[in-house]
Amino acid sequence: MKIIKLLSLLFAFIFFTSCDNDDDNPDVINEEETITTIRVTLTDPESNVITLQSQDLDGDGPNAPEITVSGNLAGNTTYSGTVEFLNETESPAENITEEVNEEADEHQVIYSTSGSIQSLTTTDVDGNGDDLGLSFNMITNTAGDATITLTLRHEPTKPNDGTLSGAGGETDATATFSVLITE
Amino acid sequence: MRYLLFVITFCLSAIYVYSQNCTAILLGEVVDFHDNTPLKNAVIVVTGKNLKTSSDEFGKFTFKNLCEVVIELEISHPECTSQFVTISIEGNTYQKISLEHHLEELDEVKVVGKTVKQTNSAQEVSLNIETIEKYSSATLGDALNEIAGVSTLSTGANIVKPAIHGLNGSRVLMLNNGVRMQDMEWGDEHAPNVDLNSAGSVSVIKGAAALQYGGDAIGGVIVLDQAPFVRIDSLYGKTILNGISNGRGGSASTELVRTYENGFYVKGQASFKRLGDREAPDYVLSNTGVQEIGASLALGKNLFEWGWHFNYSYYQAELAILRSSHVGNNDDLINAINSQEPLVINPFTHEIENPRQEVSHHLAKLEVYKRFEGLGKLKVQYDFQSNNRFEFDIRRGVADNQAALDLNLTTHTLASDFKWDANQDFELQTGLMLRYQNNFADPATGIRRLIPDYDKYDFGGFITSEYSLSDAVVLDAGLRYDFSQVDAKKFYQSSRWEERGYDQEFQDLVIEEVGNQILVNPDFTYHNFSGALGLQYTDYKSSVFRANYALAQRAPNPAELFSDGLHQSASRIELGDLRLTSETSHKISLSAEGNYKNWGYTFEPYLNMISDFMFLEPTGVEFTIRGAFPVWEYRQTKAQLLGLDVNVYTKPHQNWNSNHSFSIVKGKDVTQDAPLINIPSANIKNSVTFNKLKWKDLELKLISDYVFEQNEVLDNFTVFSPEQQEEVLLEINSAPASYHLLGFFAKTSFNLGKKTKLRSSITVNNLLNTQYRNYLNRQRYFADDLGRNIMLQLKLNY
Repeated sequence: MKIIKLLSLLFAFIFFTSCDNDDDNPDVINEEETITTIRVTLTDPESNVITLQSQDLDGDGPNAPEITVSGNLAGNTTYSGTVEFLNETESPAENITEEVNEEADEHQVIYSTSGSIQSLTTTDVDGNGDDLGLSFNMITNTAGDATITLTLRHEPTKPNDGTLSGAGGETDATATFSVLITE
Repeated sequence: MRYLLFVITFCLSAIYVYSQNCTAILLGEVVDFHDNTPLKNAVIVVTGKNLKTSSDEFGKFTFKNLCEVVIELEISHPECTSQFVTISIEGNTYQKISLEHHLEELDEVKVVGKTVKQTNSAQEVSLNIETIEKYSSATLGDALNEIAGVSTLSTGANIVKPAIHGLNGSRVLMLNNGVRMQDMEWGDEHAPNVDLNSAGSVSVIKGAAALQYGGDAIGGVIVLDQAPFVRIDSLYGKTILNGISNGRGGSASTELVRTYENGFYVKGQASFKRLGDREAPDYVLSNTGVQEIGASLALGKNLFEWGWHFNYSYYQAELAILRSSHVGNNDDLINAINSQEPLVINPFTHEIENPRQEVSHHLAKLEVYKRFEGLGKLKVQYDFQSNNRFEFDIRRGVADNQAALDLNLTTHTLASDFKWDANQDFELQTGLMLRYQNNFADPATGIRRLIPDYDKYDFGGFITSEYSLSDAVVLDAGLRYDFSQVDAKKFYQSSRWEERGYDQEFQDLVIEEVGNQILVNPDFTYHNFSGALGLQYTDYKSSVFRANYALAQRAPNPAELFSDGLHQSASRIELGDLRLTSETSHKISLSAEGNYKNWGYTFEPYLNMISDFMFLEPTGVEFTIRGAFPVWEYRQTKAQLLGLDVNVYTKPHQNWNSNHSFSIVKGKDVTQDAPLINIPSANIKNSVTFNKLKWKDLELKLISDYVFEQNEVLDNFTVFSPEQQEEVLLEINSAPASYHLLGFFAKTSFNLGKKTKLRSSITVNNLLNTQYRNYLNRQRYFADDLGRNIMLQLKLNY
């Protein structure tokens, strides 16, 4: 009986000391790797700039990305384009494009277009000479509707044929922009 | 309040009666369980009293001058396994003892062996030590899969969760050495953190009837126990080595036991397993390796009157997750499902890369028991568990080496129970349990917590009884109450908090707002009641009939309450619900069992009706910057599971036997008149065995395993594919086709000296290298299941 009493006291001690409950609140986590914003900048030969943006500030929260296009594109024009990936939950916003650039061989931006766009060709390469896609040239057709879809893929098969199915890997960010091309 | 309960726990049985009157005579009779014929030359020992005798040619034996107390007899017979019987001496006492005379024979025939039954009337099956050893290099889930009515929910070949009668996770309790495992069993891709090699026996109780273990075992209970330690001076052990072709690796397990006549024992055990990438018939399953380490130490003193057991075990596993199963968004998932082959196939390697899991589990237990003469046995147990889980995803840059999930779950449990067995015909057991649990989610992951920090308090009390109406009829009844409180601190995204409508209902839980996140303090309590009622009828010849009703209630687990966000490995957004209430199950199970000279059977139908059944189902699609994701929400419904397990064995010739089992379960969402998700399909297992003791104990066995297609599945649904700019059918609920696998097993034994015995065996799984996918393997979307696997095993007993 003595042993049991002794042990019960010991257990009680362990049990109740372990219940010490400090009221510290947990630290908030702001996900640093989150991409909240895709920003495409299109510049025509006269240095007019059109911005296409997809912004999703609540990440995997319920709100869908907000898509904005700053203006219409001109027909039969060659635009030089760049794309930026940002994390705007941080202040100042974190530029994820730099990380993509640092690990260029593990990333690729893949484009597809429809409607009044004649061609879109990427103009940059990673350290191995394979396509990267952070900058591109795009030639518009005559007036009409068009869409531009871009997808940032992580760990794609490189080199590839420039299509999503050819690239494989996982999607880190994607957006489809509808644009209007005027004369 | 807590302190009061604590005091009650110990005071409950601190008073005992002491009687001393030592003139009683015990007259006993030892008979064969099957045909009641007397067994002579059985040795009967009164344990702890140094009294010994043997039965005469009529099976009779006598002890004189016994005190009027409860004694324990150990009865051994050359052709039977030893049996312990507790008897209360009240004047001159007569006791009949039935020994399972055919046991040795039967054990070879049936997959399952006989160990101590945990319940009187529930459906219950145990795996014998040979089966456990056969699966030495596999998982607990694989071993349990041998039992009709037990299936598995797996994520590849390494993460295998047992499911009983179609239910898994929090609905299946796991008792490891008397300790209820707290190893985050709520996750679909969280395998039990136990080393099968450390167990001496494994039994499965199909249902919630074993109230002493918990009231929430809506699926059932899995009990892993040590083999009993005999009170003799002895030193023994065994070592098992396995070589495995599929995965190009192996495992080793060894144990050493020292026992003493004074009841003291010590056992040490360790095992190690390492496998590289597994292979499907046509390709390498890239990144599916595994490394597992298990070690345990048990020591104690094992007397009839009193004793103690200390046990410590450690388990650590590093589990690679199929590379191709890590997908981005909906489109990636559609591509992965539509592709007939995995999207990533690399050359074979032993390396374990991301995505992967790293889990470890520490378990320590101290148990003390004392038997009070004329009353019963009091047991007090404290156990400590620490469970740590890292999950690594494929991430950018340095974050690749940083776990995406890092949870630490610490549990302390104090329990005591008292078994009143002074009366021969009536047994009463009562107990109390106190538990404290803390979960800490390390913010260093840089990813919002999947499961928040929480403290959980549990209190439970039960009373169960067994009453022998006659030699043939035993009744049982029990009641249990469980209180549980979970006090969590969780960050929600403001947008999610509002979208869920929590701002209307739970705004008072908000502590503070930080940026676009809200810190809340859900503090919920649940009161659960459970009960069981049953009867067992034994026909003296050979058959047993059991009927059991069990009521069980289960409080929502942390995943069901708090899940919130993108689950990368499943490519879906999972949303818990703060409004969930406890689910209630009513289960009726029947069991008819017959054991005859050349054959035997069990026939076990059951019906489980569950109200407020919590489950996860797809409800829609949400768009994020990574693309579209299916949303899966926890919901409650009225569910019904109707099933049947049948097992038949035959022994037409002394060298030949066969085993046949069939199990089916139909799961239904009664409210929506729809099938339930993740219900195992029907399956038939057959095996034919040839064995001959004279030929070095040779055994040859051919195994056939036929799994039907699950034809009752939820409808698929369409989602918008940005890539294809149209609605696309997401075939996420379709079930794979039926399949048939053949297996082969052969073993033989050699004596290497007086005490040393070597057994070698070869097991071939998927003999014909058949391509197949299993409905309950979460990687069925991405790749075929394992191809042929040849395993060589050497076992040395010494």
